[in-house]
Amino acid sequence: MNNNGTTINKNAQQIHEPLFQVTKRAYTTWQKAWIIRAVAIAVALVICAVVIVLVTGLNPLNVYGTMFEGNFGTERKIWNLLREIAMLLCVSLAVTPAFKMKFWNIGAEGQSLIGALASVACMIYLGDKLPNGVLIPVMLISSVLAGALWGLIPAYFKAKFNTNETLFTLMMNYIAMQLVAFCIVFWENPKNSNNVGVINSSSKSGWLPVIGDQKYLLPVLIVALLTAVMFIYLRYSKQGYEISVVGESQNTAKYVGINVKKVVLRTMAISGAICGIAGFLITSGVDHSIRSDTIGGLGFTAIMVSWLAKFNPIYMVLSSFLIVFLEIGASSIATDFKLNESIADVLTGIILFFIIGSEFFIQYKLKFHKRDKKEA
Amino acid sequence: MSEKRIALGLRNITKVFGDKYANKNVSLDVYHGEILSVLGENGSGKTSLMNVVAGIYTPDYGQIFIDGKEVSINSPKDAFSFNVGMIHQHFKLVDVFSATENIVLGIDDGGFDLKKAREKIVQIAEKYGFIIDPDKKIYDMSVSEKQTVEIIRVLYRGADILILDEPTAVLTPQETKVLFNVLRRMRDDGKSIIIITHKLHEVLSLSDRVAVLRKGEYAGTVITSQTNEKELTELMVGGKADLNIHRDEPKNAATRLTVSGINCKNREGVTVLKDVSFEAKAGEILGIAGIAGSGQRELLEAIAGLQKLEDGEVVYIDPKTHEKENLRNKTPLEIREMGVRLSFVPEDRLGMGLVGNMGIVDNMMLRSYRKGHSMFVSRKEPKNLADEIIDRLHIVTPDAETPVRRLSGGNVQKVLVGREIAAAPTVLMAAYPVRGLDIGASHTIYDLLNEQKKKGVAVIFVGEDLDVLIELCDRIMVLSGGAVSGIVNGRQTTKEEIGLLMTKSKEESANEQ
Repeated sequence: MNNNGTTINKNAQQIHEPLFQVTKRAYTTWQKAWIIRAVAIAVALVICAVVIVLVTGLNPLNVYGTMFEGNFGTERKIWNLLREIAMLLCVSLAVTPAFKMKFWNIGAEGQSLIGALASVACMIYLGDKLPNGVLIPVMLISSVLAGALWGLIPAYFKAKFNTNETLFTLMMNYIAMQLVAFCIVFWENPKNSNNVGVINSSSKSGWLPVIGDQKYLLPVLIVALLTAVMFIYLRYSKQGYEISVVGESQNTAKYVGINVKKVVLRTMAISGAICGIAGFLITSGVDHSIRSDTIGGLGFTAIMVSWLAKFNPIYMVLSSFLIVFLEIGASSIATDFKLNESIADVLTGIILFFIIGSEFFIQYKLKFHKRDKKEA
Repeated sequence: MSEKRIALGLRNITKVFGDKYANKNVSLDVYHGEILSVLGENGSGKTSLMNVVAGIYTPDYGQIFIDGKEVSINSPKDAFSFNVGMIHQHFKLVDVFSATENIVLGIDDGGFDLKKAREKIVQIAEKYGFIIDPDKKIYDMSVSEKQTVEIIRVLYRGADILILDEPTAVLTPQETKVLFNVLRRMRDDGKSIIIITHKLHEVLSLSDRVAVLRKGEYAGTVITSQTNEKELTELMVGGKADLNIHRDEPKNAATRLTVSGINCKNREGVTVLKDVSFEAKAGEILGIAGIAGSGQRELLEAIAGLQKLEDGEVVYIDPKTHEKENLRNKTPLEIREMGVRLSFVPEDRLGMGLVGNMGIVDNMMLRSYRKGHSMFVSRKEPKNLADEIIDRLHIVTPDAETPVRRLSGGNVQKVLVGREIAAAPTVLMAAYPVRGLDIGASHTIYDLLNEQKKKGVAVIFVGEDLDVLIELCDRIMVLSGGAVSGIVNGRQTTKEEIGLLMTKSKEESANEQ
């Protein structure tokens, strides 16, 4: 409090202006919040422009144009964008109930990967035994179960022995990765390639059906449905209400008779199960293969998506769009201008910094402290 | 008075938090050699004003004079350089250090001579009549000993102006007396003492003058010898106030709850309840007194099913069927499913009783959301209940959806008590329900408790203000170190009797038997 008065405000009438220590979110209307966010993005773009000119000498408008082009340039690009958003959003939906419960599930990567592994195993071993109409539901169910199991293990230890869920879920990621690496040894095709390759490429068994001539339409629709379900679940269901109470205060939950352990287990099973769905969609709907980095860090990016949207599944559509847009944009800048990947990452970093930073200004208002005349 | 010199002068001190004035144009003087009480309801700005003087807050406006010279106090260190020291409500001591080590902590006088420091501490203690063992570790100390260390620490640094923030809140009446004697001796030595309190009788017995704050503004200063409780209250609340707490004779007092021989350990395995037995009767208010942390919380939580019992029984007697139900080691949910209407207003309102980030409607739902077979919650009934409680208890809130943490302490408590009463309880337990509430809100709570008593509810009231306990309760049970040291009749007992019971150890009570 004593150090914030470096700027002298000459207007004594400003005394009733709030201090920046005071939480102001409650009084920030949503219109104002969006104006602050818009200003933050504008400032970020200006600063990025300065960096672009200084470092590369390119015209920033061209660079921004390329970013846009990379995302929306062709129909194929638009569908790629939608697919990426859907996959990121799916994992983000999965981590949201856990984070809302203040259970730091940073194991979505592993939960998704184990789901993907389950799907791929079904594709490989049951591909020629079951018709697609049976195989695909079997794949979905086994992915869901595998993901749920991967989520339940740390939750069980948390509930039973109060282990640290952050470390536990993180370690589970590595176990999942090593399991996949182990399985690849058996599944590699061709031999000694250390690669599974496209599974059932001729029979397409276990491949998610293509509807409306669009390969990615079905996965996108599934994720859209999940988003709506998750929104309703968190906001209107009794279980969603319990998640909020446990997340806000375990003491309150115990006081009203909520079985905290049960809620933790149930919520982590749901979290893991949706990760499993993400793993299923990625393998059955997109990759038709598996590597130990199939999930590609979505499990971690999802945490950012979820927090940026304040755990609201509808806002998460926006935040996952933003992040995917920046990623695709950055890589198209890098290829189009033959730039080093790093400059694209710098630009992404600047933009994210401002967007996350704007949340501070939405919650707090700065007041410049008026100091005693003598100290001034 | 006129020949006295002004030690500390405040002129137009203004401190703003957000859009709320904590202090607005407060001007007051403190003389050398006097005890000034700063009196005011909760939220009237007493503590923030004193934090300004102690250098914890920087005022937004206004001047501070010490011995006639304008100063600017920007840190507690600055404050010490002007010989101002504050003893906070929450002690700031290092547990594993001895008294002496704590006292010299942070003083940079070139050397680190504990022996010399110890001598100086003993001198100070002798001069003012403190009882202190300079080598005792803080974790071995009682609350009042810790407070002594805090006061000596301030004196050791040469403070002439001492500010004490609610020093008696944690003390028994006997300890309070000792503290007051020490303070008087310091006054006679020429020190200026400012004591923040909202207990009127203490103000009257101790101070020379009383400065009253009301809603952040200075309401006036009166000379203690020329005033009385009524006048002070009117200054505090800014109007006429009825200070009497109503008490009806209990009617048809049938036993509703029998607690027998319960023992309880906390998470660290320390025994927190020792062989506690008592009865709570329908239509009566049973008060529970004791020094903070004597097992009050654990007792209520044990009854509510939140504490595991080592042994003993909690038996509920149904008012209609007279059937006995053992609540021992039942979860809160099981207790409710047994049809026992037990309501509990816990001490930690926002951490246990309510969810701070939820609105009143969602907080109403905490008790009722399970109703029905639908997997979705219905917010219709909770909304109606919320509106009803807002209306009936005059809760000040922008709307029923505003997060309750943004309401004032009194309104938060009304939400909690309102919800618990709405469940039509047969047993109502309330832990420190008026802590932090102003006089008006406190009386609303007393009225609500009395109303429940009239309806034949067995009310258990854990309180800290003995005057209130004696005025409100039919019987008062005193806890000391987790054991019952006595149960007295509220109509006949005195503060001194309760005070003695509060400090009585288990051995003493065993010897008497």
